[in-house]
Amino acid sequence: MAFGAFSNVDTPVIDAPRRRSRAALWLLLPGVVYLGATYLAPLVSLIVTSLKAPDLVNFDVGRYLYAFNIGNYGTVLGEYWPIVLRSFEYAAIATVAALLISYPLAYFIGVVLRKYPLWQALALILVIAPFFMSFLLRTLAWKAIFADEGPVVGFLQHLNILGANAHLNGTPFMVIFGLTYNFIPFMALPIYASLERLDLRFLEAGADLYANPATTFLRVTLPLSLPGVVSGTLLTFIPATGDYVNASPQFLGSTQTTMIGNVISDTYFNLSDYPSAAALSIILMVLILIPVGIYLSLTKTEDLL
Amino acid sequence: MAGALDDSGADLELVGITKRFPGFTAIENLNLTIPAGSFFALLGPSGCGKTTTLRLVAGLETPTAGRILIGGKDVTDSKPHQRPVNTVFQSYALFPHMTVLRNVAFGLYRRGVSNPLGLAHEALRLVELDHLAGRRPAQLSGGQQQRVALARAIVNKPALLLLDEPLGALDLKLRRQMQLELKSIQDDVGLTFLHVTHDQEEAMTMADTVAVMNKGEIEQMGAPEELYELPKTAFVANFLGQSNLFTGNVVSSSATSIVVDIAGTKLEVPRERAQRHTGLVTIGVRPEKLTLLVEKPQSRSAAGASGVNVLGPGTVTDVSFSGVSTQYLVEVPGVGTITVFAQNMVFGPVVNRGSEVWVSWTIDHAFGLADHEEVVPRLSD
Repeated sequence: MAFGAFSNVDTPVIDAPRRRSRAALWLLLPGVVYLGATYLAPLVSLIVTSLKAPDLVNFDVGRYLYAFNIGNYGTVLGEYWPIVLRSFEYAAIATVAALLISYPLAYFIGVVLRKYPLWQALALILVIAPFFMSFLLRTLAWKAIFADEGPVVGFLQHLNILGANAHLNGTPFMVIFGLTYNFIPFMALPIYASLERLDLRFLEAGADLYANPATTFLRVTLPLSLPGVVSGTLLTFIPATGDYVNASPQFLGSTQTTMIGNVISDTYFNLSDYPSAAALSIILMVLILIPVGIYLSLTKTEDLL
Repeated sequence: MAGALDDSGADLELVGITKRFPGFTAIENLNLTIPAGSFFALLGPSGCGKTTTLRLVAGLETPTAGRILIGGKDVTDSKPHQRPVNTVFQSYALFPHMTVLRNVAFGLYRRGVSNPLGLAHEALRLVELDHLAGRRPAQLSGGQQQRVALARAIVNKPALLLLDEPLGALDLKLRRQMQLELKSIQDDVGLTFLHVTHDQEEAMTMADTVAVMNKGEIEQMGAPEELYELPKTAFVANFLGQSNLFTGNVVSSSATSIVVDIAGTKLEVPRERAQRHTGLVTIGVRPEKLTLLVEKPQSRSAAGASGVNVLGPGTVTDVSFSGVSTQYLVEVPGVGTITVFAQNMVFGPVVNRGSEVWVSWTIDHAFGLADHEEVVPRLSD
């Protein structure tokens, strides 16, 4: 009995890790298949589409042939680069605005309200509450509020801040406003998650070591909440750059505020110019990766003192 | 290093400090003066107000009433970052996103001291951790973190160094080592140390003055030997080591001593070692001052004539051998259980369970308390 128990020991102990690793591969399979089908295949298809050329023999709208027409990229970039630039500009301003609004909000909920868990939970629900309603509806609601006949424009005209024929809807301000508004929860929640874990004894240590509240914030609180700030800005900046709802004339924008998302959508749905739409999509993707990469490598330097 | 940190610290004065939190009073009218250069320990059980006192001095709490003076200067209304005080926190509170060196230099940078990194290295050498200057706190052991916390505080040469149970998280062996290290650093740098702890042994080994705190008030204050040999209250007698306490009426008193009747036995206490001289009093004696006798001593007429007090006969109810000493519990009818520590000068215990014994002690070792033991069942130490 005792010997039997001993003789069995060796085999399973040695085999177990190997068997486990094979099991891990099997468990990984659904994810790999899913990613392959929904990410890799469409990406390849997108690249292939972006290189297609019009069928000059049997010409028809939306009919393109397989080709290696790399000139598509130059063409769309030459035509739309001001709009690409504008997209990055709007997204960057909206990201900064959302950060400036969300950080104090997240600090209030995560640090100040920590002593009152009930209020903290309520405040968090309020941050998430807008998600219960479609963002299209909410954006349209802003359009109504800021309409020429609406209360805001009337009030501002009354104060002579806005001229008699001025609008708010359709201006860059409105588009950036919409972007900021729509992405605040995506900014606030990751920052809240970082600040909620912040050990307040570090702040006491900062004060004890001659740092005034502002310095303690810059040297201790901010660096410790940086992971939340980084994910929040990425979750805001990336989708905001490609956004096509806020800037569209049906919502808060006008033809003067067109962003790259609107161009892609128009080129695809209205012009059926699939290669151009695909090329623009890929350009947007690459252009977003560049600042994001720089940003990530900058913020990875933890020593911010 | 001693040359670099040659300030001798400053006096700390607490004048009529009261701190109330919603629902309870943590500290009631506390008056305390800690002279410059001393190693002062605030000792007490958890919840006695000692950590609150420390936080008030650091400026992390605001007193409800009273003034705090450091080096004669009123700092009651100063913010923590404006006070010449540094704290070694119980949790160390080392900044996790900075290296050890940056942690230590933090306070120096804030005050714009020249050569902050050089001074930080110097402080790290003092705690023998300079070779780990580039690490992050999470990569250090508990004892190393404690030393970094200490270096981060003393590098600023504060007028007053506050230590909030800094050794609490360490294991026994490391704690002993750190106690000695802290004491030698205090000797080196000569700052005023205010140490808060619930560990009576730690307070006694390290501090030159100990204040025993209970329920927001200081019960007794003095040198460790003084507190131990002459406790003035039942709380001090029991919190600082163990005591055998007896309560009875004073039946006679002379110029040099008082005599107390304990269940028919007359016990004598030197007058200057007794806080009260009339009525119902509680007197006591430390367990290691007692001698076990297996025969009734030939007592001369009155108590005290022989210079010793004798209590008995009693029955030994428990014998526990602990190497250096043996602890006996002796049940004396009408008096209660008496604890006796006896050095093991011979092999093994001298008497066994069930033996009939008498307990005696030199009158000079007895003390008389100002109050009585609370009738709350206590777990023995």
